[in-house]
Order: sequence, then structure tokens, then C-alpha cells
Amino acid sequence: MLFAQESPLFDWSWVQRNFDTIWERTVEHMTLTGVALGVGLLMAMGLAVLALRWPATYESITSITGIMYTIPSLAVFAFLAPIVGISTPTGRFVTAEVALVSYTLLILVRNIVTGIRNVPAGTTEAALGMGYRPSQVLRRIQVPLAMPVIIAGLRIATVTVIGLVTVTALLGKGGLGFFILDGFRRSILFPTEIIVGVTLSVVLAGILDLGLLLLGRAMTPWSARGTT
Amino acid sequence: MTDRHMIRLNDVTKVFPGAETAAVDRLSLEIGQGEFVALVGPSGCGKTTTLKMINRIIEPTMGTIEVDGRDAMSVPAHELRRSIGYVIQQIGLFPHRTIRQNIATVPALVGWDRDRIEARVEELTVLVGLESSLLDRFPAELSGGQQQRVGVARALAADPPVLLMDEPFGAVDPIVRGRLQSEFKDLQSRLGKTVVFVTHDIDEALFLGDRVAILNTGGKVEQFDTAEEILSSPANRFVEEFLGGERGLKRLALLPVGGLGLERGPMVERSASADEARRVMAEYDVDWFGVLDGTSLSGWASESDLARGEVAGLELRPLESTVSTRSSLREALDVVVTGHNRLALVVDDGVFMGVLDVEAIAREITG
Repeated sequence: MLFAQESPLFDWSWVQRNFDTIWERTVEHMTLTGVALGVGLLMAMGLAVLALRWPATYESITSITGIMYTIPSLAVFAFLAPIVGISTPTGRFVTAEVALVSYTLLILVRNIVTGIRNVPAGTTEAALGMGYRPSQVLRRIQVPLAMPVIIAGLRIATVTVIGLVTVTALLGKGGLGFFILDGFRRSILFPTEIIVGVTLSVVLAGILDLGLLLLGRAMTPWSARGTT
Repeated sequence: MTDRHMIRLNDVTKVFPGAETAAVDRLSLEIGQGEFVALVGPSGCGKTTTLKMINRIIEPTMGTIEVDGRDAMSVPAHELRRSIGYVIQQIGLFPHRTIRQNIATVPALVGWDRDRIEARVEELTVLVGLESSLLDRFPAELSGGQQQRVGVARALAADPPVLLMDEPFGAVDPIVRGRLQSEFKDLQSRLGKTVVFVTHDIDEALFLGDRVAILNTGGKVEQFDTAEEILSSPANRFVEEFLGGERGLKRLALLPVGGLGLERGPMVERSASADEARRVMAEYDVDWFGVLDGTSLSGWASESDLARGEVAGLELRPLESTVSTRSSLREALDVVVTGHNRLALVVDDGVFMGVLDVEAIAREITG
């Protein structure tokens, strides 16, 4: 018998009683996600510049970030916990973020580099020929033109991170993952908590994904209009 | 064109990394101010490499390049390039910027104020024959020909003294290409820019260039002269072969009808008698005659038409077979051989100038 007979599958009164906690955990979820994506994006940009400047480094960068992407998240926590320390809130936050960021790098670096490499050679040559400095070509021409591909990578990274944040519940963080873990840990399984945690994290992923899609379209009006 | 050199290449050599032979080997070339020079040659002759060394898109391995009196290597590449217009075959418009922003690229880069840029964009739009309604579109919304006009406008935006063009009309269809070539030639003659133009199309080179440099492998200059001179006396076998067949016809394409003395032809006034008409036909050994009304040519009639009466009463046939003094001799020849009058009628804006027959044209071919 999995569920206690007397309790319903979903208990609305629990949601009402714990509304504040749910909100706090949602904010925490968004914070963990936002910081991971922000830091990940910055690091990926640095790595992408490295890979574009010295193409020989690209393979190493994708191999290393590829391995980071493949290691199970639980193993990363177990590995990082003794190094960073999870006895303090800061330690737990940093451990969680290191793991989350490491999952964004492969996707982001690959999309930034691919996006920029896909900029037609003629466009780049014309920009140089007009008298842009190489750094200006990157910022004003190549990055804007790579934006659709970069945004596509950011969307995948976002959805991935939102899912992974729930796992950091094992470190005492976890945002909405807290409810999922707590629901399972109770002596009698408490489905309401699990449903709330799962549903809200899926909804969050959906909203952010849609938001990025719309942001991407707003940033690249030129890509939508006619192609003759 | 003055004697002053705008571009001077001195023993310029380019060896690409890993290559065994030089793409361009000790090339020296002097291009005068306001001159339109076409670099032409088979693929692999180093013409594009040569062009791209002038604005340092490709850095020379050895040798010196002077542009507008200064050593190109003595200034930062981006500064050098801002004073050299650049048009490439891929056009390379910035897809994320409007046509207006594309044209304004260099003026914005060198810090012109907004009003000056706006005025310049409007001016260039007219100059290159674009509709101003296109200015707020994105490049992907324009046809290939329109895009290349934008490419030319963008290159001219900051009024650089030098223009480098790498097969600029290579990607547009032949009809549009012909029109762009004529328009650009006309534009250049008004602007007086120094232009270096790379093409693999000898006809394009001969049509556009004040002088044409024919390059062989390794950037070896086989001949550097005017189109007329190259066609009438090719320097060697390579040039001869590169010019291909129909050299005489190609030469005719460069010569205007106006350069020849024109005959009056079998023409009579409207008031002339039938006998007078028969006399001019006999004189020119033809079976038709043209009817003049003052300075304009009204039409023509054939010998058999005269059976029906005097010249004044005849119903005239409409004129075909006309060219202007600005037409090339090649066009005139085409008219002579395809029309049934065996003569090209030369008419400028309605004023009859004379006629041209195949013998007169042939005299030009043989020089």
C-alpha cells in the first residue's frame, strides 16, 4: 500500500498552509538557475573566445566540458562536498553552483562557437574591410549574427539546469526539489508535496524557455523577415 | 587622371603558410590617381591575393605597398581600410542591420554626426540607383542586384579615394550584371575614384578598365595596357590565348560609332523626285532609300515602291537598324548583318547623323 487510505492524492489545504514556503523555494530555484546560467554564460564566452582565437584549443575545451556534462550529478556533489565544504549555507550554495555551471558549459560553448563560425566568411571579411577592429567585428557583427544559435543553446541549458536544481536538494538547497525529496522522505509518502515540486519546476522551465524564445525573436528581427 | 600614383606595389610577394610556391611573386604595379585598373587572369594567378594585400586583408610576405602616398604597413590595418572602399563578390552586407545602417557603416565608424550621415546615405541612394523605400529593409529582403548596389554605396560612403572590388558583379545574373557594369563605369567616370577591379572575365575587364593588367601564375604581369592596345597588339602567346577568339569583335566593342567618319547614305528629301531616288540607290548600289524630313529620318522605301508614284506620296516603312554615335562598332556591326538594309543608320536623339556600312567597320578591325 503506497498511499495512506485516508489522505487524498492532492491536498489543496497543504498548499494553502505552505504558500510562503513554496514561494521561497521557487525564488531559490530561480536564483540557483539564474546564477548558474549567468556564470556559465560568462565562462562559456571566455572559453569560446579562446577556441575562436586558437582553434586548436577547441577540441580540448569540448572534451573537458563534455566529460563534465556526462558525470552523474550525484557524483559531482559527492566529489565537491569535501572540497568546498557543505557545512555552511555558502558552502552548500557554492557546491550546488559549481555542479550546475559545469553542466551548462558544453552546450553554451558549443553553440557560441558554432554560431560564430557559421557567420558567412564574406560578412566577416566585409566588416574587416570596412575598418572594424577584430574585437569590434566580434562584438558588433559576429555575436549579433550568432545570437539565434546562442539563444538556442541558452534555452537547452536553462531547461537542463532547472531540472538539475531539484537534485541539489540532497545538499539542502534544491529550490522546488526540496518538496520532491521531502515528499519521498516522509514515513508515509506525501504525493501533494511531490506533485507541487515537480509541477512548479516544469512550469518554471516552460516559462523561462518561452521567455528566451521571445527574447531571441525580439533581438533578431532581421532573421524573421523575408528570405528571397 | 594625373601622373601622380595613387597605389604603388613594389616587389610585393605573398607566400601562404605551407605553400611551396609564392601566390604572388615580386609583383610591381603602379596605378595612377583616378585610374580604373582591372586585374584579370586565370584562377590561381594571384589577382585576388594582390587586391587583398592593398587593404591588408592579406598581409604581404615581402615588398612594399603605398596607398595615397603613405606606406600601407605604417598605419594600423583598420585605419588604412577606412580610407579604402571595399566591394566583394559575396557582397557581405550585414544581415542584422538595415540597408541604411549598412551604407552608414564607415561614416559611423569614423564618427560623423547623425545629420551628415543621414544626408550622405540619401545622396548615395540616388547615386547607385536604389529606391529610398528600401533603406529600412534588411539585406535578405533585397534582390542580388539591389544588394550589390548597396555594397557599392557602402564602399563609397565615406568618400574614399580608392575603391577595391573583387569580382563584385560575379554573383548576379548576366542581364543585371551588364546593367551594373555600364552604370558603374558611368559612375566611376563622374566620381574619379582610383579603382582596382579583379575579375576572371576578360570582356568585363576590357569593358571597364582604363588599363587592364593580365596576370599569369604567381602574379606575373604579362601585359598592362589599355584594352585597345592589348587587343590590337597582345604582348605574347599567353595574352593572345587569354583574350580568346573574336579579338577583332572585342576590339569593336570598345570603339564608338562616333569615332568614324559617317557617309550620308542613300537619302533623299521628302520633296525629291522618283528619278532622284533611283539615282542615289544606284550610287550606293542598294534597292532602298531613306527619306529625310529636315534633320530627322522619317522612314524608308524600296525601289519597287517607286512604281506607285513620287517620293512625296509613298507610305514609308518604319526605321529599324538604328544605332547612336555612342553605340559600339560591335553593336553597329550586329545591326548591319541582321537588318535587311545592309547599313547601320546612325541617329542621335532623333537627328540623323549618317550611315555605316560593313566595309567601314572592317577597316577598323584590321586597324
